[in-house]
Amino acid sequence: MPPLPQSVPIAWYLTLSAILFVLGVAGFLYRRNIITVFMSIELMLNAVNLSFITFSYKLKQVDGHLFSFFVMVVAAAEAAVGLAIILTVFKNRQTLEIDEVSSLKN
Amino acid sequence: MDVILFLIFAAIAVICAVNLVVQTHPISSALSLVGVMGALAALYLLLGGEFIAAAQLVVYAGAIMVLFVFVIMLLNAGREQKSKKRSWVKFAGIPLLLVLLGLISFLVQSVIPETEGVTLGGFTHGTALDIGRALFTTYLLPFEVTSILILIAILGAIVLARKEID
Amino acid sequence: MNFLILSLIKAAIVAFVLMTTLAYLQWIERKVIAHIQLRVGPRRVGPHGLLQPLADVIKLLTKEDMLPSHVNKVFYFLAPFVAVTFALIAIAVIPFGPEITIGPVHTYMQLTDINIGVLFILGLSGMGVYGVALAGWASNNKYSLMGGLRSSAQMISYELPMALAIAAPLLMLNTLSFRELVNGQAGYYLGFIPRWAIFQGPFPQIFSFLLFLIAAFAETNRIPFDLPEAENELVAGFHTEYSSMKFAAFFMAEYANMVTVSCVGTLLFLGGWQPIFPAALGSNFVPSLVFVIGGLICLYHGFHPARPFDRITLPIAGVVFLGIAAAFVAPVLGPILVPLFWFASKVGVILFLYIWVRGTLPRFRYDQLMRFAWTFMFPVAVANLMITGLLVALTA
Repeated sequence: MPPLPQSVPIAWYLTLSAILFVLGVAGFLYRRNIITVFMSIELMLNAVNLSFITFSYKLKQVDGHLFSFFVMVVAAAEAAVGLAIILTVFKNRQTLEIDEVSSLKN
Repeated sequence: MDVILFLIFAAIAVICAVNLVVQTHPISSALSLVGVMGALAALYLLLGGEFIAAAQLVVYAGAIMVLFVFVIMLLNAGREQKSKKRSWVKFAGIPLLLVLLGLISFLVQSVIPETEGVTLGGFTHGTALDIGRALFTTYLLPFEVTSILILIAILGAIVLARKEID
Repeated sequence: MNFLILSLIKAAIVAFVLMTTLAYLQWIERKVIAHIQLRVGPRRVGPHGLLQPLADVIKLLTKEDMLPSHVNKVFYFLAPFVAVTFALIAIAVIPFGPEITIGPVHTYMQLTDINIGVLFILGLSGMGVYGVALAGWASNNKYSLMGGLRSSAQMISYELPMALAIAAPLLMLNTLSFRELVNGQAGYYLGFIPRWAIFQGPFPQIFSFLLFLIAAFAETNRIPFDLPEAENELVAGFHTEYSSMKFAAFFMAEYANMVTVSCVGTLLFLGGWQPIFPAALGSNFVPSLVFVIGGLICLYHGFHPARPFDRITLPIAGVVFLGIAAAFVAPVLGPILVPLFWFASKVGVILFLYIWVRGTLPRFRYDQLMRFAWTFMFPVAVANLMITGLLVALTA
């Protein structure tokens, strides 16, 4: 068991952000429920927020926090409209699986 | 002490994210996502971003995820059914995702030198005062534009989700 | 002393006092509502029903803890846990008094003072919605689901006017940490009018205080906004399927939310632990005076008691009150207890207002409630914030 470093290296935060992002991509590609796909997108956005704040710490400027703030606001707007679209799709198709919403195929 | 806190909250975040991807019922996934956001809020506090940590709790975990939970409860979404597709696609995806993860980690480790570590108190300009000052001077235009964006989103959501009056 | 040990001691004291307060708040509520309705209230268990909370705790502990077969077990257990956790964490940032010195120990009467105290409380009240929504959904019961969804929708709708009403005094006091907020309300106009936020220029925050109180009634699901848990409309709303300790957990969460919101209202609008007239005019002796008068009245009535057992209990109560009055002027305990008295009395006034309104007003219908939030409270809160901002900018 190697000894723990004195303070957390910045690369650990960025690696954690990468892990969360890849997990979000996995959820986005593998899951078939629309709402879970949407939640994987939110997970990806959160991973990117962590990256922004880490870089803001490294460069000792507050602009990364501002970017993160705007990402949160845009994610809120996107969640509102996206969930309204999901409600409409459910009203018309009575299903939440993305494979069933395929009337434009072939 | 910082390292132990980071490891604890990072472990919580990764476990909740894995739970999000693995669980079949959407509401378990939604609550796991709330757990991820809570762990990330703690990590933002360790990085000196106190306002962003509070905003994460108030906006993301307290409003957006409540909206998700509402929609899942209203639609009465059940468990996901097993897929009828062939399974070789699923097995090919996992190594590719690991390659993506390895690539990003390698890039990160090679670009950022390991000289500086993150300590609690290393960055003190994340207070509400600093963010407010930057928000209303340098970033005033994006601020006003996002307020119009939110107005558009509210109108869009109301129009899309209302009942049709015959 | 070591910071960790000191924090643990403070946390233990605060937790113990909070639990006792929650139990006796229920006793006070039952007595006050009873007297409003011209009856007496509980008086069998102990003198004047003072041991009633103990009897209630024993009853709830020994009741059968059912687990209905049709519920979703994980969320059924998670919901009261989440509700109680977020309700109790909020007490961590509330200051009860100024800094004190007991022997070698110099500390603040607050568990922790964070720079973003007000945002922390707002975030926790947002997270409190999960307990209610999960309880309604996990019970697998249409009344609980409707009650849970209505209650959550009500709580999120009223969070917005509450946040805007909180933002107005923050514009004048310029800080988010609770300790600085109380320090910014110190001092007196003309020597005797306190500089609390509801009296402070350029714009006395009376409208903000009223908006905050109304939004707080709605946030804590109290009458007149308690349709989601009304007994005669919705069976019992979202806690229909809960029994014994889980039901007690929901009630503890509701009372803890009430106490937290009253404390926040006191700190933001009523000046926290600042006395109502300056210490130079003798405000340090007001608590002692109040308790001495109370003790003398108890002793006087102890000689002509209305009921036979009062011959024993009233003199004892009188002696206890006189002892407390002496504690307020003691040298070491005095500076700790006097600000605590002012804080507790202001919180007590707001809690009495909660109980008074419960005994007096009928409840809103659900669509009236939501329409009130979105068409009246929200525009008034925005207008109030704009006027405050304008006046602060003009006089800065």
